[in-house]
Amino acid sequence: MFDVLKTIFWAIPRGLSVTFKYLLSRPTTVRYPEQKLTLSPRYRGLHYLERNEDGTEKCVCCGLCAAFCPSGCIYMEPTEDEFGERYAKVYEINELRCIFCGYCQEACPKEAIFLGKEYEFSNDRREKLIYTKEDLLVPLEKAGQRM
Amino acid sequence: MLAFVIITFVKIAVVLVVFLLLIAYLTWLERKLLGHFQVRLGPMRVGPHGLLQPIADGVKLLFKEDIVPANVHKFIHNLAPLLTFIPALIIVAVIPFGSGIKILGYEINMVISNFNMGILYILAVSSLGVYGLVLAGWSSNNKYSLLGGLRSSAQMISYEVSLGFSLIGVLMMAGSLSLVNIVNAQDKFFNWFIFRQPLGFILYLICAIAELNRAPFDLPEAENELVAGYMTEYSSMKFAMFFLGEYGNMINISALATTLFLGGWHGPFLPPVVWFLLKMVIFLFFYIWIRATLPRFRYDQLMNFGWKVLIPLALLNIFITAVIMIL
Repeated sequence: MFDVLKTIFWAIPRGLSVTFKYLLSRPTTVRYPEQKLTLSPRYRGLHYLERNEDGTEKCVCCGLCAAFCPSGCIYMEPTEDEFGERYAKVYEINELRCIFCGYCQEACPKEAIFLGKEYEFSNDRREKLIYTKEDLLVPLEKAGQRM
Repeated sequence: MLAFVIITFVKIAVVLVVFLLLIAYLTWLERKLLGHFQVRLGPMRVGPHGLLQPIADGVKLLFKEDIVPANVHKFIHNLAPLLTFIPALIIVAVIPFGSGIKILGYEINMVISNFNMGILYILAVSSLGVYGLVLAGWSSNNKYSLLGGLRSSAQMISYEVSLGFSLIGVLMMAGSLSLVNIVNAQDKFFNWFIFRQPLGFILYLICAIAELNRAPFDLPEAENELVAGYMTEYSSMKFAMFFLGEYGNMINISALATTLFLGGWHGPFLPPVVWFLLKMVIFLFFYIWIRATLPRFRYDQLMNFGWKVLIPLALLNIFITAVIMIL
């Protein structure tokens, strides 16, 4: 009996005061589409393929990124241009399989692939999430300036 | 005579609309407050600060498919939601929400029906609500529903005793069962029964939460044990009826607490109805606050607390009141 009364008149009011403090505190909710969190400088988002200053692709299709990739989401087919330079004819990343570990960036000897800051690329079709070389290459006008 | 009928109908219409709106916005208030208690925002998307959320919810529930499981007892399954909703609705009839006013020479009481056994009526009708829960649990033909129904009936019956007892002190001091007379007995601030019946007030608060099946007494619908208790098998508007009934009861209990302990519509400056609603909202806020704070009771704790603590305290309260009144 005494314990119960102590609970009612001492413990519960104290608990109520704790929750009341939280009522008055600012909500921590980030209202996502309107507000966005600032990303960490090391954030790993959507990949992009870098270009040289003159606009040519850096990637030589050596296959190291695909070899390192733990989820095996990179597919490439090499070919050569008229000067005998090797480049990727097909370069696809399956963004559904990708775990964004960043090993492809680590492995790349040519500094051709990077993980950017983009993370809003959801889609309603699975096929559309297999990004091709055209999707991944940075636009020509942005060539050479690392994002 | 005709004037009386018209006035009564208008009063019923107004009270009904206001009551249903209050229920709708009580759900909004609860979600909003619970959100802020949990350092969230609560509903924000539908309308400014989610103010249109109850309407969206209502429309959604109306258009949902009404699923009736194959092995339920159809008639009782349909009856049960009504049995919880309608008592909640008709209790409002005796709650006075303002002093009388005069319009066009007609005296209008701010209560639908001022009859001299208001509290008895409320206790009788509110215990009818138990039938809804029990029958819902039984007719659903589902073990979770049945357990929920059994629990809620056991809980409501044991707490109704102390709820009734906690009111007796007030009735003794007011000397009347009519809610209007009880409010009139608390015309001055220090005549409010919260000051003259502090123990009775606390007992009433606790028993009321148990009667409402709300946290921390929400065993009948303990999600982690019973899915949703007696309303597991309900969907669409029937589910909404249980919901409306529950929140309607919450408003009724708060209105009753205001009438019995906080001096009803009495208060300075503001119009009586505003005072009444304000005091009611304080109670509603308190119940939401409690829900945000306390975890659920265990079943044996619930029964021990009801029979071994609340009832002796309620009897003690009656005894003290009686002694003081005789002295």
